[in-house]
Amino acid sequence: MTEKETIVTDKTTNSLDDYIDAVATTLALPVEEAWRPAVRANLEVSLRLARLVDEFPLPDEAEPASVYTAG
Amino acid sequence: MTVNSDRLSAQQIAQAVAGGKLSAIDATEAALARIAKHDTVLNSFTDITADRARAKARAVDAAIAAGQNTGPLAGVPFAVKNLFDVKGLATRAGSKINRDLAPAPRDATLIERMEAQGAVLVGALNMGEYAYDFTGENVHDGPSRNPHDPTRMTGGSSGGSGSAVGGALVPIALGSDTNGSIRVPSSFCGVFGLKPTYGRLSRARSFPFVASLDHLGPFARNVGDLALAYDAMQGPDADDAACTTRPIEPATPLLAQGIDGLRIAVAGGYFQKNVFPEAVEAVARIAKAMNASKTVEIPEAARARAAAYVITTTEGASLHLDRLRKRPNDFDPAVRDRLIAGAMVPAPLVDRAQKFRRWYRAKVLELFKSVDVIIAPTTPCIAPKLGQVNFNLDGVELPVRANIGIHTQPISFIGLPVVAVPVPLEPMPIGVQIIAAPWREDIALRVAHALERMGAAAAPAPRGL
Repeated sequence: MTEKETIVTDKTTNSLDDYIDAVATTLALPVEEAWRPAVRANLEVSLRLARLVDEFPLPDEAEPASVYTAG
Repeated sequence: MTVNSDRLSAQQIAQAVAGGKLSAIDATEAALARIAKHDTVLNSFTDITADRARAKARAVDAAIAAGQNTGPLAGVPFAVKNLFDVKGLATRAGSKINRDLAPAPRDATLIERMEAQGAVLVGALNMGEYAYDFTGENVHDGPSRNPHDPTRMTGGSSGGSGSAVGGALVPIALGSDTNGSIRVPSSFCGVFGLKPTYGRLSRARSFPFVASLDHLGPFARNVGDLALAYDAMQGPDADDAACTTRPIEPATPLLAQGIDGLRIAVAGGYFQKNVFPEAVEAVARIAKAMNASKTVEIPEAARARAAAYVITTTEGASLHLDRLRKRPNDFDPAVRDRLIAGAMVPAPLVDRAQKFRRWYRAKVLELFKSVDVIIAPTTPCIAPKLGQVNFNLDGVELPVRANIGIHTQPISFIGLPVVAVPVPLEPMPIGVQIIAAPWREDIALRVAHALERMGAAAAPAPRGL
C-alpha cells in the first residue's frame, strides 16, 4: 500500500467513524465502542450495495415502487 | 377410530376426520405427542397451545357429529412462526424484547382463516430474531434443528416452520418471507414452501419486518397440502394495506392440469454463479424433468439483490428505532448492529432502491411474455452446520450468512410467486425455486405438483430423528 493509499484509507475510515458518530447523535442511537467495528462493517456492506444501485442510471421520471394508494 | 395419523397428509387427515374414521381430537393428541417426543431434539416450537388445540378439536368433532360441514382442513394440526399473533400470547417475533408485550387480543387473519376451514392450531414456532436471519439460529431460544441432521441449520428466518414440517410434527406450518425466509428453510429442511405474490395473503396481525417486502405463506410436505392451505387463506383483508382486492383464485382444482403448454426456462447468469454442486445438480434434475432446455437471463439480478438489501436494512431500522434506543442490550448483538447500521444509510439511496425496484419489475415482467415459469436454485448450498460462519466455494472463503439468500432476494424483491420444491439428494435435500408471473401461484403449484408426481421433487422422511 502506498503512502497516499494509506492516507486515503485512514481518511475514509475516520470519515465513516465521524459519520457514525454524527448520525448516532442526531438519531439518539447508542453505539458503544465495543459495537462500533460491527456497526461500521455492516454500514460498509450497506453502502457498497447501495452504491451498486446508485450507479445504475434511472430516468428523472422513475417512480418509486410504493404501495400507497389514495383511497 | 384406529387410524394412525402420524404419517398422514393434511388432506388424508381431513378426509378421515370428515368421514368419521379419525377424530379431530385424536389427530390433535397425536400431533401433541409427536411434538413432545421429537421437539426436544428439533427445538422448533416455542409455544404449545395444547388446551386451545383440544378445545378446537372437540368443537370440530362436535360439528361433524351434528352433520355440519367443517371445511377441507377438518382436524388438521398446524403451527405458526411466532411472529403471528396468537390470541393470549405475546407475539415474540423471535426476540427477547417482545416478550414484554401484552398478550395478543386476537389471532392473525391467516390463523382465523385456517381455523375457519377446520384446522387446529397446536403452537408457535421458533424463528430468527425479528426475522432478520437466514440461519434459523436464535440466541434467546436456541437454534431450531434440521430434521435430517440435527447438527445442521434449518435456515431462516422461519426455521421452526421448516423443522416442524420437515420433522413431520405437523403437516402444515405458516411462516414469513421478506428475502427468502420461507424458501430457505424449505430448501434446508426438504419441504415444499409457497411464497405467494406480494399482497396475495393478508399480513394482518403479524409482527412486521420490512413492509415493502414482507409476505406470509405455508409450508407442507406435499403440494396438495400446500395448495389446500393457500386456498384456505386467500381473500381481501382491509387490515393489511398491501393485501390485494382480487377475488379468491383457488389453485387446488387446477393442480391436475399438468404442465402441457407451459413454457419453462432455467435462470442463467447470476443464478448459475456462486453455487455448490448440489444446487447445480438439483436445478439440472428439475430442468430435465420439465424438459426445460431454454435459459433466460434475469437482468440486473445482482443489483436487485443489492436494492433488496438496502430497503431491508433501512425499513428494518426504522421499525426498530425506539427499541434500539431503549433496549439495545436486549437484542441479539448481530441483529442490533445490522439495524443500527441500517439507520445510517442516507435516504436518497433508499429512494433510488425503490425506483430501481419498479424499473427491474418492468424488465422481469417482459420476460414473462415469452416464458411461464423460471427455474432457479433456492439456496447455493445444502444446510450448513449450526454455527458455521464461512463456506469454501471454488477455493474462496465466503460468509455463510450473507450468501444463503443470494438467489431468493432478487425474486421476492418484486413479489413474484414462488414454490420452493425439495429435491431429495443424499445426504441432505436442497430446494429449487419454481417462479411464476405475478398472481400465477396456480402455475407454480401445477409445476410443483407435476414434479412431485414424477418423483423429481419430494419431501424426504426425517432422517435425523
